[in-house]
Amino acid sequence: MESNEVLIDCQSVWKVFGERSREAIRSIAERGLTKRDILGEYNCVVGVSDATLQVRRGEIFCIMGLSGSGKSTLIRLLNRLIEPSLGRVLVKGRDLSTLNAGALRETRARHIGMVFQSVALLPQRTVLENAAFGLEVQGVGRDERNRAAEASLAKVGLSDWKNRYPRELSGGMQQRVGLARALTSDPEIILMDEPFSALDPLIRRQLQDEFRQLTKDLGKSAVFITHDLDEAIRIGDRIAIMKDGVIIQEGTAEQIVMNPADQYVADFVAGISRLHLVKAHSVMIPVDQWRLQSHGASPDGLPHCSPEADIDALIGTITGTGSDAIAIADGGSIVGVVTTRSLLLGVRGEPEIRAAA
Amino acid sequence: MEFNPGAVLAPVIDWLNANFHGVFALITRVIEGVLGGLEAALLVLPAFAVIAIVVMAAFFAAGLRVAALAAPCLGFCWIAGLWEASMQTIALVVVAVAIAVAVAFPLGILAARRASVERALRPVLDVMQTVPPWVYLIPAVMIFSLGRVPAIIATIVYGIPPMLRLTTLAFRGVPNDLKELGQAIGAKPRTILWKIELPAAKPTLLVGLNQCILLSLAMVVLAGLVGAGGLGAEVTRGLTRMEMGLGLRAGLAIVAVAILVDRLTRGALERKPHVG
Repeated sequence: MESNEVLIDCQSVWKVFGERSREAIRSIAERGLTKRDILGEYNCVVGVSDATLQVRRGEIFCIMGLSGSGKSTLIRLLNRLIEPSLGRVLVKGRDLSTLNAGALRETRARHIGMVFQSVALLPQRTVLENAAFGLEVQGVGRDERNRAAEASLAKVGLSDWKNRYPRELSGGMQQRVGLARALTSDPEIILMDEPFSALDPLIRRQLQDEFRQLTKDLGKSAVFITHDLDEAIRIGDRIAIMKDGVIIQEGTAEQIVMNPADQYVADFVAGISRLHLVKAHSVMIPVDQWRLQSHGASPDGLPHCSPEADIDALIGTITGTGSDAIAIADGGSIVGVVTTRSLLLGVRGEPEIRAAA
Repeated sequence: MEFNPGAVLAPVIDWLNANFHGVFALITRVIEGVLGGLEAALLVLPAFAVIAIVVMAAFFAAGLRVAALAAPCLGFCWIAGLWEASMQTIALVVVAVAIAVAVAFPLGILAARRASVERALRPVLDVMQTVPPWVYLIPAVMIFSLGRVPAIIATIVYGIPPMLRLTTLAFRGVPNDLKELGQAIGAKPRTILWKIELPAAKPTLLVGLNQCILLSLAMVVLAGLVGAGGLGAEVTRGLTRMEMGLGLRAGLAIVAVAILVDRLTRGALERKPHVG
């Protein structure tokens, strides 16, 4: 399902809030001022600072950051609910800032769905009418939009609730309606603004799994905002970590956990379980090094695993076979060896493994 | 030294009167026509038939309790011998409220969208609400002469501020995420207004409408003073002749109409379309 087609291309985007934001932007462009200079000189707050990211077709891209990190501003720049102060946002190759009001509405209606933290259901409408609302404002006829809405309500498991009102539904169910509403217009991209943050942990976890599954099944792309790194790791194919308006690191969950860009990220990932995150190729040592340590023994006699096996599987193999090392085989040739020591360091997420490798 | 704004305004009124007489005559004719038509419609049926229709309508629009209240309210107006005056008053209030809402609603929305509009309107509204109506009735009577037209203008001026203020408040209070939703799904501004903002603003708008109606009703006493007929004229007559009985009857009839209109609008508008 994944391809390399870039659906959202966000190029060096800035958002500066404040009365003198225009002057502030000019000095950013001309003099390269930093956030702190801008606050000091112009009394303007930099919401998003030089953000560059690409979302590809079929991918779930998570933006993780604490409150005030600018992640909600960033996601609103992607469908131009907020105008960028500087930089460009391209959706399917078209620069959003060049679109007139009508073309922008068209793009939002057809290509970019959005789900809100507050759900934003219309209280006076039934679940079905809410789910069909996107098509209703596009002027689609009642029968056709209700059919589409029923189909997307079925996808989120709410077919039996279509004639109820939002207030009769639990928080988790309301958010499913929000998701169904976004799916009804069949957009390629769904922007998720902290959709599960207000839900209790069990429901949240369930919805995370369902959302990931559904997005992958339907071949949608998603930008998912969260303040919860666990959630980002569960859901995201790639994760960007934001702090003070800046994207400080971007990569897969494994890359971020194994190789945090700075102390801030390192503190964040410290508590994350590596069991299912870190793969054999990140913790293995070269075959030659293993030969040296084991006085010339051959790795052929060791149990074999693939480079994609996670730490949990490797522990299972070691405890199951009694061997203290595993050969990592990729396409018939042995590319490395995981020893008990390298495995333990991997569980702790020590970067020195890479140094040693 | 003495400053007399009237010395400046009086010539303006005279000039308007001399040069725009046709316009004012037209306004008078339109208002008189609409009012007269409405009055005639209310009076064409016998009183008991109108009461029966209103009770039925109240039952379907606002429920049994309001219907049960409508019968004694209108019944009192009838048996007190003030049926015709009551209908005249109701016609006056309906037309005044319709015009007041037509002016206040769009301006209220505009004020909710633009802080500058609200800043400009605020002192005007303050003046409208606090200057005694007798004062601006003088130029109104000068231009439109005595009768229902200056009365209705006084009523409109009095009805606009609460409607306008509460319209602004109502649209300010629409949750931002709902407006954002409208934009995010690519809805046109007009669609956002009608399908998202208006339903969300409805409860507060209804309070505004309710206030507009009740304040307009309170104004009909004054309408009697400038010869507009209706219950106000009866109150005025009671006052000038020191007829306690007539004044009290007319006063109570105004109360009865006010209670009916208040409960009826509130009941009809608060009712959920179809509770699921």
